[in-house]
Amino acid sequence: MTSIILLSVFGIANLFIGFTKSKRILLPLALLFLIVVFGVNLLSWNDTQTYFNNMITIDNYAVAFTGIMVLTTLLLIPFSQRYVEEGDSNLAEYYSLLLFSLVGAVMMVSYENIIMLFVGIEILSIAMYVVAGSNKKSLRSNEAALKYFLMGSFFTGILLFGIVLIYGATGTFNITEIGAAQIATDGVMSSMFILGLLMVVIGISFKISAAPFHFWAPDVYEGSPTFFTAFMSTVVKTAGVAAFFKLMAAAFAASYAAWFPTLIAITVLTLVVGNIGAVVQSSAKRMLAYSSISHAGYLLMSLIAFNSNSASSILFYSLSYASASIAAFGVLMLVADQKGSDKYEAFNGLGKSNPLLAFVMTVAMLSLAGIPLTAGFFAKFFVFSAVLEDPNMLWLVVIAVILAAVGIYYYFRVVIAMYMQPATNFEKVRVGSFASFTLIFITVLTLLLGIAPALINDLL
Amino acid sequence: MITALLLFWPALAALLVLLIKGQGAKKVAFVAALIEFALSLFALSGFDAQNGNTQLMLNLPWVESAGISFSIGMDGISILMVLLTTFLVPLIVLSSFKHDYKNPNVFYALILFMQTGLIGVFVAMDAFLFYFMWEVALIPIYFIAAVWGGENRIKVTFKFFVYTIFGSLFMLAAFVYLYLQTPGTHTSDINAFYQLALSSGEQSWIFWFLFIAFAIKMPIFPFHTWQPDTYTESPTQATMLLSGIMLKMGIYGVIRWLLPVVPMGVSEWTNLVLILSIIGIVYGSIIAIRQRDLKRLIAYSSIAHVGLIAAGIFTLNEQGLQGGVIQMLSHGINVVGLFFIIDIIFTRTNTREISSLGGITQNAKALSIFFMILLLGSVALPLTNGFVGEFLLLSGVFQYNYIYGGVAGLTIILGAVYMLRMFQGVMFGTKSEATENFTDLTFNEKAVLIPLVIMVFWIGLFPNTFLSISEPAVMNLLTIINR
Repeated sequence: MTSIILLSVFGIANLFIGFTKSKRILLPLALLFLIVVFGVNLLSWNDTQTYFNNMITIDNYAVAFTGIMVLTTLLLIPFSQRYVEEGDSNLAEYYSLLLFSLVGAVMMVSYENIIMLFVGIEILSIAMYVVAGSNKKSLRSNEAALKYFLMGSFFTGILLFGIVLIYGATGTFNITEIGAAQIATDGVMSSMFILGLLMVVIGISFKISAAPFHFWAPDVYEGSPTFFTAFMSTVVKTAGVAAFFKLMAAAFAASYAAWFPTLIAITVLTLVVGNIGAVVQSSAKRMLAYSSISHAGYLLMSLIAFNSNSASSILFYSLSYASASIAAFGVLMLVADQKGSDKYEAFNGLGKSNPLLAFVMTVAMLSLAGIPLTAGFFAKFFVFSAVLEDPNMLWLVVIAVILAAVGIYYYFRVVIAMYMQPATNFEKVRVGSFASFTLIFITVLTLLLGIAPALINDLL
Repeated sequence: MITALLLFWPALAALLVLLIKGQGAKKVAFVAALIEFALSLFALSGFDAQNGNTQLMLNLPWVESAGISFSIGMDGISILMVLLTTFLVPLIVLSSFKHDYKNPNVFYALILFMQTGLIGVFVAMDAFLFYFMWEVALIPIYFIAAVWGGENRIKVTFKFFVYTIFGSLFMLAAFVYLYLQTPGTHTSDINAFYQLALSSGEQSWIFWFLFIAFAIKMPIFPFHTWQPDTYTESPTQATMLLSGIMLKMGIYGVIRWLLPVVPMGVSEWTNLVLILSIIGIVYGSIIAIRQRDLKRLIAYSSIAHVGLIAAGIFTLNEQGLQGGVIQMLSHGINVVGLFFIIDIIFTRTNTREISSLGGITQNAKALSIFFMILLLGSVALPLTNGFVGEFLLLSGVFQYNYIYGGVAGLTIILGAVYMLRMFQGVMFGTKSEATENFTDLTFNEKAVLIPLVIMVFWIGLFPNTFLSISEPAVMNLLTIINR
């Protein structure tokens, strides 16, 4: 709860500090705010509390996911250094919008009432609609914002409609009570309830860019400034999947049979669309956009497993995916700024000109591809073993395995470009001090989790 | 403890080598590899060869809540494979001394890092540790081959990488499934896998999931398509690592993780695997006869040799398995030696085409002798190492089915054809433009070849030194398979 309040206060404070002349303090200040929130959040570990007449529960699940999302933002902020250097006049607003959307994200992992879930999603989304279009002079950025906003509003409507139908069927917004209502009727529910349930599933699937509700994602991710794309494909996705699992586990466990086939179809489609879509891209940024869709698919697999291992596998996957993604988007940002292109060719010869940057990117790619020694391997491993607890789901794992092999193809195109293609120009890519420290930190974290996964996996 | 030291020393040394600027890196890498060899001899001295069980064990919790442990140890088969690795790596490093690769520190660090992966595969007693090490060995060799390789390296090595990862992901899926079948709070310990009671239907598909991974690595026909190109395009050191040691990972995987884990699945598919292996023998040999490029020729001959090893171990009798183990050692030694000799010829003449070589014997007596010995080892002449292995393997295949044995026996004749044809074309005849001023072996080159040749005769004359180490472990394995 304190993290929600702190984030809101810091967000507003940040806006006011933006009026001062010295823009230089904004970045360190934003980092400081987030470090404080991260620390305060950890104080609630093993201390479950409910607030606002049972609207919000801060339990270990909420603390763990809040921690990951705050950490992800913390690791992302240093890459805004270019905005500082360019003297962007909206810097304070950018940071505030990120802090506000974190408020929404925290609510999405700690809600006890389905209305709070809706409010959280909206707080998160509205900030995202704005930042998607923050590059006002770019046509693509404007397109991204408009597309995201229109599609987002539409699916928000569907989500809200679903929530209302569920309320109509059960007479409550409280997720535990909704769960109890189904047990009372032995899981036999009215068609109104089922319809509402499916609408909620569709609404949240949109937010995490699961296929077939993903059509906005590649355009929005590509059009938005890379800094915010990184935020969307990590924090937003983590919040979405964590909220999804919490909702299903608490409210709809009893009507498992009603949503399970739908979710399987969504997952398989997401895996296929994400991985196959990424193969045909010529831009590394768009490839990362599709890869983000495919990772939504792997995350949904642990939801499908729906057992005691699901929460911890979502947690581990989110962290490993987020850290690798931040590194990948971070390096992409630096390279694209310098070379003016986000195609694969922009990475040519990076292994020669910036060995460190190339190494960071390689580790990130290996982790996203799920190769041992990196966190991504254990992430996939935990997901697969959670799903295989039910031996009948072997086919799903086989599909995921084949698609993971496809994934290696497109991730390695970047690696090949960096080390094996001759460089067009040997210009060294400039890396700021904050950014290079962050990149090294992420790489160490990725390798550490790849060797000692128990650090995170045993939390939940 | 010594096992852990063996496992981690190369990785540690790799970090050390990374820090060294310039060509001094190769010397440090060589010393590090020699220390590793000494460590393995020390491990051998503490190893009880009469005992078929896993020894020198170390078992630490790794992902405790999931029952995954860092469990390493060696039985007779493992220790022979470890010795092969630690014996070959210093020679492979030494063989590169005349090349000045760019970024030498990274090159040698990757070789040493790969050694950790290779040793890890041979000592892992936990399924996930095995898988982990399996991939740890792959990543460095991919970069070695793809960064320092020939012209077509990017496409070729990428094919190799995707191929092997694709296979190993199936292995991972099978391991996860097996792991979830273990009783209670699950464990991925190898002995728990051996004790699983799986239905024959389960064993049948698990067999294929595991077999594909191992068959791609070996490679067995028809999973071999990555191999000739990769061997040809890689720098010689990578080719040596791939053919000398990495290929053994696949065979070792079959012996340790396939045969005893799903014996019913194996017996269901043995016939098919034997047919594939024997096709590989004949196919590899015939294509080798037609090759003009020396490296490609040895690459195809390797397919033939591996086919025989695979056929032998899948017969599931003592001769077959023992022959497989000893032939893994022999093949590793011979193929590394042959690739080195090709490298020597290539650096002097700048060609690997048989037709543009010839008459080398006139200038290089020492080279001819070493080449001849290694070649005879490879065609399995009695008194050389190849004979022991092939004899045992063929007798194993004969016991299973005499027709298969007969066809597999063609390997001896065909092997002699392509090997002697190659020797004739390269070493005898009139000198060509390229071989006009051929110089004989340098000291460094002899230092690589002499230990290899000693081993050719040692295994050929006193195979019992090695067979007696692996025998109790093989018997142990057979009891598990036949339970």
